[in-house]
Amino acid sequence: MAKQELPNIPIVKGEPAYKIWIFEPGWKGELPLLTNPREIAENKRSALLPGHRLCAGCAAPIIIKLVSFAFRGPTIVVQPTGCVEVSTTIFPYTSWAVPWIHVAFENAAAVASGIEAAIKAFKRTNRLPYDNIDIVVFAGDGGTYDIGFQALSGMAERGHKILYVLYDNEAYMNTGIQRSGGTPRFAWTTTTPVGKAIPGKPEWKKPIAEIMVAHRIAYVATATPAHWLDLMKKARKGLEANGPAFIHALSSCDRGWRHEEKLTIEITRRAVDTCYFPLWEWSPETGYLLTDRSLAIARNPKLKQPIEKFIELQGRLRHLLQPENRELLKQLQEYVDKTWEDLLKRAVNAPK
Amino acid sequence: MSRVKIPPDKQIILNVNGDEAVAYALKQSLVDVVAAYPITPQTIIVEKFSEFVANGEVHTEFVSVESEHSAMSACIGAAAAGARAFTASSSQGIALMWETLYIASALRLPIVLAVVNRALSAPINIHCDHSDAYGMRDSGWIQLFVENVQETYDTTIQAFKIAEDERVQLPVAVNLDGFFLSHTLENIRILPDNIVEEFLGGYRKVPSINVDYFEDKVPYMLNPARPITIGPLDLPDYYFEHKMALIDAMKNVYQVVREVNDEWYELTGRRYGDGVIDTYGIEDADTAIIVLGSAAGTVKHVVKRMRSQGLKTGVIRIRLFRPFPYREITELLKDIRVVGVLDRGISYGSYGPVYLEVNTALYDLRERPIIVNYIYGLGGRDLSPHEIEYVIRELHEIFEKGFVENKLKFIGVRG
Repeated sequence: MAKQELPNIPIVKGEPAYKIWIFEPGWKGELPLLTNPREIAENKRSALLPGHRLCAGCAAPIIIKLVSFAFRGPTIVVQPTGCVEVSTTIFPYTSWAVPWIHVAFENAAAVASGIEAAIKAFKRTNRLPYDNIDIVVFAGDGGTYDIGFQALSGMAERGHKILYVLYDNEAYMNTGIQRSGGTPRFAWTTTTPVGKAIPGKPEWKKPIAEIMVAHRIAYVATATPAHWLDLMKKARKGLEANGPAFIHALSSCDRGWRHEEKLTIEITRRAVDTCYFPLWEWSPETGYLLTDRSLAIARNPKLKQPIEKFIELQGRLRHLLQPENRELLKQLQEYVDKTWEDLLKRAVNAPK
Repeated sequence: MSRVKIPPDKQIILNVNGDEAVAYALKQSLVDVVAAYPITPQTIIVEKFSEFVANGEVHTEFVSVESEHSAMSACIGAAAAGARAFTASSSQGIALMWETLYIASALRLPIVLAVVNRALSAPINIHCDHSDAYGMRDSGWIQLFVENVQETYDTTIQAFKIAEDERVQLPVAVNLDGFFLSHTLENIRILPDNIVEEFLGGYRKVPSINVDYFEDKVPYMLNPARPITIGPLDLPDYYFEHKMALIDAMKNVYQVVREVNDEWYELTGRRYGDGVIDTYGIEDADTAIIVLGSAAGTVKHVVKRMRSQGLKTGVIRIRLFRPFPYREITELLKDIRVVGVLDRGISYGSYGPVYLEVNTALYDLRERPIIVNYIYGLGGRDLSPHEIEYVIRELHEIFEKGFVENKLKFIGVRG
């Protein structure tokens, strides 16, 4: 029977799920990356355990779960202050089955750098009981685009071998939906309300993934939880990369984006379908490569949906559908088209 | 001295400044991670240490971070991973890492930080005062102040031992006066490498804690064999108890500092008072000066001269500023009539921080001495023997008169 030939991961019925994440000293090997949903269901357990207190409809734990399915073995997780941090570690409880640390808001990349340095020193003196320990940061947009940007840039420049996963819900959701450098133009937030004079956030979203490409690190990619296999593969590539890796994952927030809980995955899917958030990966060796649905759209442009498809589900952008805002909607569509065209020019695998 | 394990002639003489002394101490202390950002007058520490790294003389991973905030953050990450971690900074650098200082102590990570004391901006100034150290006063760090370059070397090594003691598990700041010590050459005696290694017990050992999902105690570190969550959200139902643990750990520091001082004495023949407080001429004194750091050397020199002229005066150098030695100060000052507290820094709208502590220490005495606060040396201004003599004479005048009107005085400032 096929099931018995599956990789040997000890999930024992009735045993707590966290036990799968215990790596006794001397552990060797590599957890397989599974791509078959049934195999995943039978063999994998999320490093983020059930029982956490994130909102129903939040995309962040889905992203973390998918990334943790791609973990290779012993892994340390670092988080800055943010939604996931406060909702998964309310003392005396924790949802984390792997070693986890939070220090402050702006320094996750620096904390991770210190951990990586410690691991190097242990290796050098034969004190590391494993071949390797992976370090993964899960950070929100505030802790990445804004307050945490300096530490992130420093980590990238110094070349620490860390996978930095940005779950981008496009505003400071933890403190009550304030605008961030990741908030798209025209979006309503509590600090960019849609008023008579100003129709939501006046500035465009900071192109964070492009900025990380400009750092010439080992691997950069975009991803969404809707394109789950694409995300898992990218996470694995990021872990295998020989240097800093950065994954920009779009993470819808039903509270902040003002959408129904059940639409989380649908909205992130439409973000890709409309080319608002194209899926790609980059490395110094390969250059830009479109992936998954975005590659399909590049090959068959008829698949590209108008931006209305993305914003019609969200209260934060729905004012753009009012007749008096037709011009703003046009601007947004033009911006999306322009960035998509730019990407097509750069993407090695886009039809020319 | 015959019982000294490594007598002075077995020690190596080194002609170094205070910063280099820190670097040499680090080189011998089996530090796993040094993360630092340059700032005058701390730079020589990391420059010198970078040479050791570049020449492969240490196993240390040196992380040249992009700010002091990241320096402390990287040290926290490294220490949480089980490493022995060190950083050094001054002035604005300490101010920038302030947020993470509280986190290092509350997470109970035995990081060592050399603070090369420098005035805070504005106006920008690179010279010595203690404003940076006073600014981290309430952060839960152990703060030691050294008097000379020899003590800088000795204390840097001792700091790891104090920080990593099971009873303590707190970060330690070693304060050395910018330029007065950091850039001043002195002949010091250092120990052979293996002796320092033995003194520290080798690489850092991580303490064990109880976690309810493991039966046995688990190492307090980021460990894939026994995963724990470090730095969780702690609400009103637990936060206070966790802070109490830090408060209780601080109580153990006095004893540990004394023990380490004694052990160092047996090893090297050098000690600094009882480790907590260093005194001179205090036994029969009517007046006393209390001082931190390198100025203590000059004060002792003047006190010695004035005692030879028949003036009964003494000096108390506080080596351990946090936790503050209240009991010791109360005991030492109970028969003193007038005390002059020298502060190289001030809380604006208040007094110097040491003055406030000394007042607190003396309140319970039935008969309290008069305590006068002298603010000196802000922005690196020299404290001359002449000025110290003036202060001592003034203390004796106050002693004769029995009262003083103005308790906050400033030394060497133009009027």
